Amino acid sequence: MQLHHFHGGLKLADHKAESTTRPLLTLGVPKFLYVPLSQHIGAQTECAVRAGDRVAKGQRIGRAKDYICANVHAPTSGWIRGIVEHPVPHPSGLSAPCIKLETDGRDQWGDDRMEPWRDWRERDPRSLRERVRDAGIVGMGGAAFPTAVKLNPRPGKRIHTLVVNGAECEPYISCDDILMRTYPEAVLEGARIVAHMIGAEHVLFAVEDNKPEALRALTDALPSGEQDFIRIVSIPSVYPAGGERQLIKVLTGREVPSAGLPADLGMVCHNTGTLKAIREAVVAGQPLISRIVTVTGPGIREPRNVEALIGTPFADLVAAVGGYTPDVDRLVMGGPMMGFAVGDDAVPIIKGTNCLLATRPQDATQPGPVMPCIRCGECTRVCPANLLPQQMYWFAKSKDFDTIQDYGLFDCIECGCCALVCPSNIPLVQYYRFAKQEIWERERERQKADLARERFEFRQQRQEREEHEKAERLARKKAALGKKDSEAADKKAAIEDAIERARAKKAAQSSEERSSKDRERADG
Amino acid sequence: MRFQTRTSPHMVPGHSVGHLMRQVLYALIPGTLAMAWFFGWGVLVNVVLSVLFAVMFEALMVTLRRRPVGVTLGDSSAVLAGWLFALAIPPLTPVWVLLVGTGFAIVVAKHLYGGLGYNPFNPAMVGYVVVLVSFPRELSLWPSPQGLMEGPFTLWQTLQTTLTGRLPEGLDWDAITRASPLDMMRESLISGQTVHEITRSPVFGSFSQTEWEWAGNLFLLGGIWLMYRRVITWHIPMSMLLSLATIAGVFWVIDPDQFASPAFHVFSGAAIIGAFFIATDPVSAATTPLGRVLFGIGIGILVYVIRTWGGYPDGVAFAVLLMNMVAPTLDHYTRPRIFGHSGDGRG
Repeated sequence: MQLHHFHGGLKLADHKAESTTRPLLTLGVPKFLYVPLSQHIGAQTECAVRAGDRVAKGQRIGRAKDYICANVHAPTSGWIRGIVEHPVPHPSGLSAPCIKLETDGRDQWGDDRMEPWRDWRERDPRSLRERVRDAGIVGMGGAAFPTAVKLNPRPGKRIHTLVVNGAECEPYISCDDILMRTYPEAVLEGARIVAHMIGAEHVLFAVEDNKPEALRALTDALPSGEQDFIRIVSIPSVYPAGGERQLIKVLTGREVPSAGLPADLGMVCHNTGTLKAIREAVVAGQPLISRIVTVTGPGIREPRNVEALIGTPFADLVAAVGGYTPDVDRLVMGGPMMGFAVGDDAVPIIKGTNCLLATRPQDATQPGPVMPCIRCGECTRVCPANLLPQQMYWFAKSKDFDTIQDYGLFDCIECGCCALVCPSNIPLVQYYRFAKQEIWERERERQKADLARERFEFRQQRQEREEHEKAERLARKKAALGKKDSEAADKKAAIEDAIERARAKKAAQSSEERSSKDRERADG
Repeated sequence: MRFQTRTSPHMVPGHSVGHLMRQVLYALIPGTLAMAWFFGWGVLVNVVLSVLFAVMFEALMVTLRRRPVGVTLGDSSAVLAGWLFALAIPPLTPVWVLLVGTGFAIVVAKHLYGGLGYNPFNPAMVGYVVVLVSFPRELSLWPSPQGLMEGPFTLWQTLQTTLTGRLPEGLDWDAITRASPLDMMRESLISGQTVHEITRSPVFGSFSQTEWEWAGNLFLLGGIWLMYRRVITWHIPMSMLLSLATIAGVFWVIDPDQFASPAFHVFSGAAIIGAFFIATDPVSAATTPLGRVLFGIGIGILVYVIRTWGGYPDGVAFAVLLMNMVAPTLDHYTRPRIFGHSGDGRG
């Protein structure tokens, strides 16, 4: 298959062997689980249980109340011990509402367990999608976007290709590698289910060439009759080949439009872990309650992949692999390029936790002196989005948010290549995150201001209208009053007239009388 | 267990600014030694004194600006500026010329604009141009290797000359200096000789004067090493040398008696050291890939124009400074197409 290149990228020491030499370890049920209500991109899940409730394994404990949202399930059976503020894996280091579950060790499924659908080929895509939604599945490559949304067809967009992302390009992370080695059939079945759901004619299954065992396991598991339908493609290991847009470029040579989605090219991209979760949801009736996490790094004694329940504290995973080395000083969720450091290993693993990386002082950038940018252009050379990071840095620093958007700020995928190669030690990605946040904040402010202005203008309009109406009413009333007055005057005038006439008549009569009397007198 | 939180990436970074600058310094060593071999101790005396002065001025300015002195000096950028300035200056130049040049380079061209990363003009070239227009006589006297061989010039004599500005007893400037190839070409053409007659002179090697060719070769070697080490990219040096050779070639083909060959232009004066070491100063150069190509082409053309029709024998310093002026504009109009955008990247 003809492969293509994307601009830039880095060849990094992959450090995967550390954690792949030991087989997958399945972690037992810990005493307490802390299941965060918000583990995904989108609206926060609504809590569906109360303190003291007894829950069964797989029971829904958090309800998606929005389209872009995901259900949360009890990873094991036990008692709800409250909805507590607990540290969660988030760059802010803040706490968030978590469901505290005291486990009972029996790991019992409830009666309302979803029915296994071995006959998924007979099911229509809509009900399968509903199953994915019910199972609370989110993208497991790290982004944690609700999968059902991604599976929903857009009107007028025919999807012909499912791209399976088994690239796993970041150093140290090997959970997908181990997943593909350990469960190749399940991953392939997940791919078939998704292809069936979205009506895709082809599946392109991309794996970086630094994972020969995974490639072999998949090839062995793929029936020969299916090789035209599912193509397993070995791609060169260049960071960030696992970025959705970069991967599609490598596989097809086409670029997803900046403001668009892979669906614009007739493609949808899913991570291998997500496919396995979809397979378990459909075929086994099991919601997303556990995942494989790579626990690795020079700060870990025996790096290894661990399958653990969602909500298990980081510390339990680390303890299961021999603990930290004495000089560990940093704990990262995710990989070394895009992951973020957590302040406390009490935080639980969530659906998007692919890796725990522990490092020592000598393994990672220290907050040393930041030198001025000398515009050496290394960042431009490595940028997979073909941006000019050195120029964007200036604009972010000077808060010139219009210009920085013109330079493609929102095309930045925050892969971290620029920051890694920067000889001046400038945390470039941090500057872009800052600029994005500021712009979003301003956008929100603007929308709020727009709404307020609209309301104000409406109020003003209403007041004006009311004033106007009032004035009109008044005028009408006045006019009516005026009419009454003139009528009265007419009447008065008429009365006066009549009186006058009567008086005149009277006067005339009396004068007539007098004159007739005079006449009489004259006659007499 | 609690940890400190820090921003990504969580890996050991590749290089530091100081590392890059020191690579450039290493790459300068072979060419500098070649120049010292041909032109005597004066080359090394110039380098040592200029670097010393440059670092001194840098320390002074950083202290005045209340910045951490150790961190700034650690980036070695002042050392590099002093060194490049020294290579542009003829050996045996009086010490006050070095002081004025390095002072102007570091104090005015660099720190008054905000220090490393903020200077719009190449500091070493600003310093050189200032002394070139202020001390034209001193800057035209390049020692001749033959002259030096006849009366060996010791380190002590060199220091004496540099510090006092006067030659030791019994020596005079005419005996030990000679016009540089570009000077010779310019003066001889003006006096009516043809290019052919000029290059037949015994001091000429294959393309230019032998010693300049050799220095050029070794600077070229250093430059290629820098490209190999990815300290610099091919864009500026290649486009500058190619455009210089192309425009020289066009005129040479039209009239080989009046216009020197492309090889002469490439291997004379500061063309090679300029292409690999001076025009590639990232701070004052264009920064987009296409912008860098245009930047290099512009320098190549300006070098030729100044050498051929201008008032100075060499034009690299002026050409670089002139193109520094347009670098921001070049960057603005040569933005690469962003991934997922159509057209010119401004979508």
